[in-house]
Amino acid sequence: MLGGSTVRPFEAAPLPQPRGPLSAAVISALRRGPEVLPPVDGADPYGDDLQLALYCLYEMHYRGFAGVPDDREWDPALVTIRVAAERLFLDALRAEVAPSDDVDAELEALLVEPVDGTGPSWYLAKEGERWQLREYVAHRSLYHLKEADPQAWVIARLDGPAKAALVTVEHDEYGAGDPDRMHARLFADMMRALDLDDGYGAYLDAAPAETLAEVNFMSLCGLRRALRGALVGQFATVELTSSPGSDRLVRAMRRLELPDAAIAFYAEHVEADAVHEQLVRRGVIAPLLATEPALAGDVVFGIRASGLLADRFGERLLRCWSTDRPSLLRPVPA
Amino acid sequence: MPDRVPRVLLTDEGPMLVPGPVDIVLPDGRCVRSDRPVTALCTCRRSRRQPFCDTSHRRKARTGGEETDRARR
Repeated sequence: MLGGSTVRPFEAAPLPQPRGPLSAAVISALRRGPEVLPPVDGADPYGDDLQLALYCLYEMHYRGFAGVPDDREWDPALVTIRVAAERLFLDALRAEVAPSDDVDAELEALLVEPVDGTGPSWYLAKEGERWQLREYVAHRSLYHLKEADPQAWVIARLDGPAKAALVTVEHDEYGAGDPDRMHARLFADMMRALDLDDGYGAYLDAAPAETLAEVNFMSLCGLRRALRGALVGQFATVELTSSPGSDRLVRAMRRLELPDAAIAFYAEHVEADAVHEQLVRRGVIAPLLATEPALAGDVVFGIRASGLLADRFGERLLRCWSTDRPSLLRPVPA
Repeated sequence: MPDRVPRVLLTDEGPMLVPGPVDIVLPDGRCVRSDRPVTALCTCRRSRRQPFCDTSHRRKARTGGEETDRARR
């Protein structure tokens, strides 16, 4: 298991192009050091400007950007604007998501498999074209090239059986000790098989607010201990719904006669997430709520908020595709 | 944990959960290895990835009627 895997020199992604006054100020502050940062009030919490600003600030906690000193991760002015921006985002989600403490009912609903679903994976399985599938993968690269990283932050906030079970799932996501089987690596392999750029952050400038918001929600809940319940809810949503969705993407790729190297990532997720679903429900959520029952409301919030953001993402893709327009801000070269 | 007897969990609604890595011998004598920390083996016979669970055991419903279904439970 040790050695053998290809080791590439670390290359941080370049900073993206700004999309408004807030992201312009944040990107400039990351590049040159903080100046006077503008107030965030009045920004659209789901808009491109705020979501890109947040994404850049969160990225400092993952791999950073080329030309930005690592220490700027904890620059007080940048942390302050991050907290203000995420407050706006979080308040918008809290206002939209109906509260509930009934985690069991929420999980039960996620486990019902619709026979007439309408999301992007349904569309791709049935009639999607190759360019649409490549777009889908490019959107997803924002998360999958750092797959499992946002959820790893919650490990230190858990204890006992919930911690052990979550780490078991994460260990599997990270290839169970084999770097060539890391899910992020399998995703990069798939991108290359589809003639996409597998460079970390390569599609950041192309990713619309809906794509960024899904990843930002994970980072937000991962970085804040107070939102550990919501992080577990978000994690559960992915693990419970991914297996059938991945199966649809496998069918889409087979229908489009794409190579096995492209299919391997989603094929692996059909089986892996059938296991992860069981581990998350039985191993993580049940013991977490037994020790911290007050987190039930936040677990449901995590499930519903990630569902809401996933729906918005799906709606954007289908809205664009139905009129033959690219869903990315910059079309992917054929 | 070599001194621990492997513990297999039979779920009520779905797969059998087996701690891994594990070799599974199929009825035709073929052997399939799973390197996962936990392996979910299909018991409902509906999986298209035998012998592994692919969540085909899940209840299926029309989304239009889903809310009603949920309310009835």
